[in-house]
Amino acid sequence: MFPVCADPSLLSGLDWFSCYLTTPKHLAFFESFGLVMLLIAVVAPVALAIGFAAAVASRSASPLLSLPGRGYIALARGVPDIVFFLFVPIALDQGFEYLRYLMICPDQPDGVWQGNNFLVCSAAKLPLSTAAPIWHSVYGFGLAVISFGLVFGAFAGNVLAGSFKAVPIAQIQTGASFGMTQSQIFRRILVPQMWVFALPGLSNLWQILIKATPLLFLLGLQDIVYWARELGSSKTSIYAYPHPDWRLYYFGFLLIFYLGLTAISEVAYKRIMARLSRGQATLAGSGKTGLRGGV
Amino acid sequence: MPVRARRGCGVVFNGMNACFDTIQAYGLRAIGIGERLLPKTDITLCEQMVLIGSGLIWNVYFGVLAIGFGFWFAIGLSLGRQSRFAALRLVSSGFVFLFRGSPLFIQCFFAYEAFVLLPKIGITIDLGLVVIDASTGWFTKAWAGALFVLFCNTAAYSSEIFSGALQSVPNGQIEAARASGMTRFQIFRRVMFPNMLRLAWPAYMNEAIFLFHSTTLVFFSGFPAWRQEGDALYYASYFAEKTFNPFVPYPIVAGYFILLTLVIIAVFTITGGYLNRSLPQERRVKPRFRLLMWR
Repeated sequence: MFPVCADPSLLSGLDWFSCYLTTPKHLAFFESFGLVMLLIAVVAPVALAIGFAAAVASRSASPLLSLPGRGYIALARGVPDIVFFLFVPIALDQGFEYLRYLMICPDQPDGVWQGNNFLVCSAAKLPLSTAAPIWHSVYGFGLAVISFGLVFGAFAGNVLAGSFKAVPIAQIQTGASFGMTQSQIFRRILVPQMWVFALPGLSNLWQILIKATPLLFLLGLQDIVYWARELGSSKTSIYAYPHPDWRLYYFGFLLIFYLGLTAISEVAYKRIMARLSRGQATLAGSGKTGLRGGV
Repeated sequence: MPVRARRGCGVVFNGMNACFDTIQAYGLRAIGIGERLLPKTDITLCEQMVLIGSGLIWNVYFGVLAIGFGFWFAIGLSLGRQSRFAALRLVSSGFVFLFRGSPLFIQCFFAYEAFVLLPKIGITIDLGLVVIDASTGWFTKAWAGALFVLFCNTAAYSSEIFSGALQSVPNGQIEAARASGMTRFQIFRRVMFPNMLRLAWPAYMNEAIFLFHSTTLVFFSGFPAWRQEGDALYYASYFAEKTFNPFVPYPIVAGYFILLTLVIIAVFTITGGYLNRSLPQERRVKPRFRLLMWR
């Protein structure tokens, strides 16, 4: 990075460290923190949208809608989430490739299941093996967003379904007695009011999402965990910057990063809640925070 | 090698017998008893069911011991957080913040690296005749190291639950106890502790469920599976890798975990009824499943 770094073997002390921490690999490590932030920023609205849809579906009068909605929300309760994170990306990947196989080369001689292998013709591969490396990363990231979205969508659906129920029934009855239609009641009474009830749960979900991001590593992405392992492992003198096993310090750094992230979120949540509760006739509005669950 | 059902005719016929053989060969494989080599080719459904089920031994082991020991530590922590001594308050709330504010995944990685480094600065105590090697070598193995991390983790989360419950113990009961001349310890033992447990129980059930789910993380977070002795998810991902078919092993894990969750719910509902036995029906604290937890 800097001109002094041309020959690392001559460096020592602070110079060595400043050169060491600005190697291209370290810059990739720092960029992967951006990847984590990007994932959170993309997944949060996606999961909220999926969760909202699931919560609305689960309230539907028609079992055609309510059963899938309830089933989807309930599934995330009984099954470890890490199972989803391992399962969904592979399943999606194979699903996409299978669809492309049906479109592009359905007359493949041996079919897709060849012994213990799942193989599609090279034209149907995703991403194409000729594609630039960036597309492989983008594809991997896309799969990660979908699997996080699906898992957290179920969580959000659970929170939102609960807060739909928390809206006082009298309000809905009043709406009905005014002659509002079902959809008017939904739009004008239910949705505007349920957010206040949903906020504690959603904030908790936000913390959960932050703490779930290291699972990106399991999806094979070059995320912060990958780089921490890669950069921290001991480097012999054939490397430009030899050092013993420093993984402990790298993981220590990640630990502090996450502690900071969750602590900031907690402070932000308390401020938002204080503002929203101002003047409300709730326990929180009267100066005592008596919220269930909490963060 | 165990006798396996060969493809083609006789599969159904031999299926049952072969499955008994498989149970013999792999039923306790996760703790090192039985066939040493894992199935590699012609993997049958029975083999997947049996081996993944055998991996469940580890999940139960981690879950039961971490909860069993963590329970007492959690109570200590929640008392420490309300202690008269500032130092004790600081240490216990710091501990809770550390373990609740960071992902379990990173905690495991960090702890593993720390345990690997520790023996190098370990202590050997020479007692003249015997030399005690007080090394931390054990902790680099999952059975001790991961258990330790899970123990600390569940203690931190449970202490949050117990602290909340401790603060909602009815004041009148404590006053009554004081009026009848009980000492501080007696008040805790006879009034606060039973009330706290009763109030915290539904939330604590949730914590137990999520701890059991989190045990699937262990073998994906630094701790190596010694001689391929891993947990349910470890074997599931092994099969997914070998068969390129995620649609069989992962639903099997999911099914096992749903069963495990039902068992936990049953155990906690029964003990919850016992804890609430002195109360009239309508004042009992009902078990309620809440989702909002994650490590």
